[in-house]
Amino acid sequence: MRYEGPRSRRRGHPAQGTDTLARGLGVFSLVLGAAEVLAPRALARALGMQGQEGLIQAYGLREIGTGIGLLASEDPMPWVWGRVAGDALDLATLAAAYDGNPRKDNLLLAVAAVAGVTALDVICADQLTRQTAAPLRHIGNYRGRSGYPNGLKASHGVAKDVEGSEGLLTPDLLKPWAA
Amino acid sequence: MRALVWHGAQDIRCDTVPDPKIEQDRDAIIKVTSCAICGSDLHLYDHFMPGMEKGDIMGHETMGEVVEVGKGAKDALKVGDRVVIPFTIICGECDQCKRGFFSVCERTNRNKHMAAKAFGHTTAGLFGYTHITGGYPGGQAEYLRVPFADKTHIKVPSTLSDEQLLFLSDIFPTGWQAAVQCDIQPTDTVAIWGAGPVGQMAIRSAILLGAKHVVCIDNVPERLEMARAGGASTINFSEESVIERLFQMTAGKGPEKCIDSVGMEAHATATIDAMYDRAKQAVMLESDRPHVLREMIYVCRPAGTLSVPGVYGGLIDKVPMGAFMNKGLTMRTGQTHVNRWTDDLLRRIEEGQIDPSFVITHRVGLEDGPAMYKTFRDKKDGCIKVVIRP
Repeated sequence: MRYEGPRSRRRGHPAQGTDTLARGLGVFSLVLGAAEVLAPRALARALGMQGQEGLIQAYGLREIGTGIGLLASEDPMPWVWGRVAGDALDLATLAAAYDGNPRKDNLLLAVAAVAGVTALDVICADQLTRQTAAPLRHIGNYRGRSGYPNGLKASHGVAKDVEGSEGLLTPDLLKPWAA
Repeated sequence: MRALVWHGAQDIRCDTVPDPKIEQDRDAIIKVTSCAICGSDLHLYDHFMPGMEKGDIMGHETMGEVVEVGKGAKDALKVGDRVVIPFTIICGECDQCKRGFFSVCERTNRNKHMAAKAFGHTTAGLFGYTHITGGYPGGQAEYLRVPFADKTHIKVPSTLSDEQLLFLSDIFPTGWQAAVQCDIQPTDTVAIWGAGPVGQMAIRSAILLGAKHVVCIDNVPERLEMARAGGASTINFSEESVIERLFQMTAGKGPEKCIDSVGMEAHATATIDAMYDRAKQAVMLESDRPHVLREMIYVCRPAGTLSVPGVYGGLIDKVPMGAFMNKGLTMRTGQTHVNRWTDDLLRRIEEGQIDPSFVITHRVGLEDGPAMYKTFRDKKDGCIKVVIRP
């Protein structure tokens, strides 16, 4: 669960838990986004927000985009901050739907859930911001490590007398055949 | 004695555990002089392989000196013998052993029922490698009990160092078998995915076997540098398209032979299909990430051969079977039949054709083992191969 590409600032960073949390948030984004895109009517009904199905679907696409970014990028930090911004938008949208809402209980439950996820997002983004400055250590030079004491040229093709390969090679009947 | 003990995912500790004892007539005990951390140990470290239990001793690349021999092994071994221990435990008597297919020995896995459930048949018992393969204590320890020791050993001369010999236990014959079973011809381009220890050995093996051109694919700069030192051209998959470059290098025809030295934990974020695998893995709909298999099937020249030494553990998805079938490809796989190759490879080391110690980047004591697992897994500090001296 690491961001381990050669260009990643996270490569080899000892705080692996933060990487795991970022990836977990990415998977969560994908799942939530899929639910919003595929079942906007059910969600709108449950939250007393009928008529806003299009908005819910748009938020779902945003979640999916963020999830892909978190799982595909080499540096999760901007994507997690993106999630924090999305959380703020979600909370504002839920707050705007409070007055006159027939399903206030569900709405408050949703606000509490989003607030909890927002806390996780903020912790993750903050950790990533603090941690990514860690420099990588110098890496060894392996240019001279050929593994051929007699030299590459002398070793090339020297093992055509391989022993023990019976039964593991291409059968004679399947070898290239010239008419 | 001290040993590296598995306590859970990413939790390996240097513990004090009871010394091993002779349990069966064919057992021997060796005092470990050198052992190594293998790439496949990382599948256990990250707990991708099922069947590990808290308290299991890690390690399957081990060598040392015989200190005790059971009465059933006395004809083959004596106290003081210097031996490398192959990672596959073999009886030498079953049908598979008699045919040289040692890694599918029918008798040494004491948890055959578990292996048969997972794979349909049992495979050989392995040291330090899950209870599916017998749950035998491994060799990252001060002492190792070797079951079926009269057959499960490679006697080695005192004229060579531990570091030159240790990799006869696994990675050298594994890279060798991967290349041999490609049936390499002097006109062949051999593409090798993964520049870890097995990939490095496969490169050298393909060169020794006379391949026209060897290409290695990875994205870790220092590993690619070591691959080039071994005579390979390299492709950094983070910087260029593997498929496009391989077609360019082969006049649009693709490599005749392809080797997967990566296995079940292919890089999770480099491509769309790898991300798809990672997402399925996260919700337990797929156990392994087969990105390399897909790429090999796509790019391999029709009628070519795929060789898979990389470890897979369970189920994979979206493998292009249509391309595999219609292109008439051959796939050869398997854990390594170590003892089938070791006499030949020992001779090649003695003759100076190859010195496998080139791959070692870190040397530590047993107490530093847990930290080195992390360093190796994270590819930190230029780490390619860790040797431990207990």
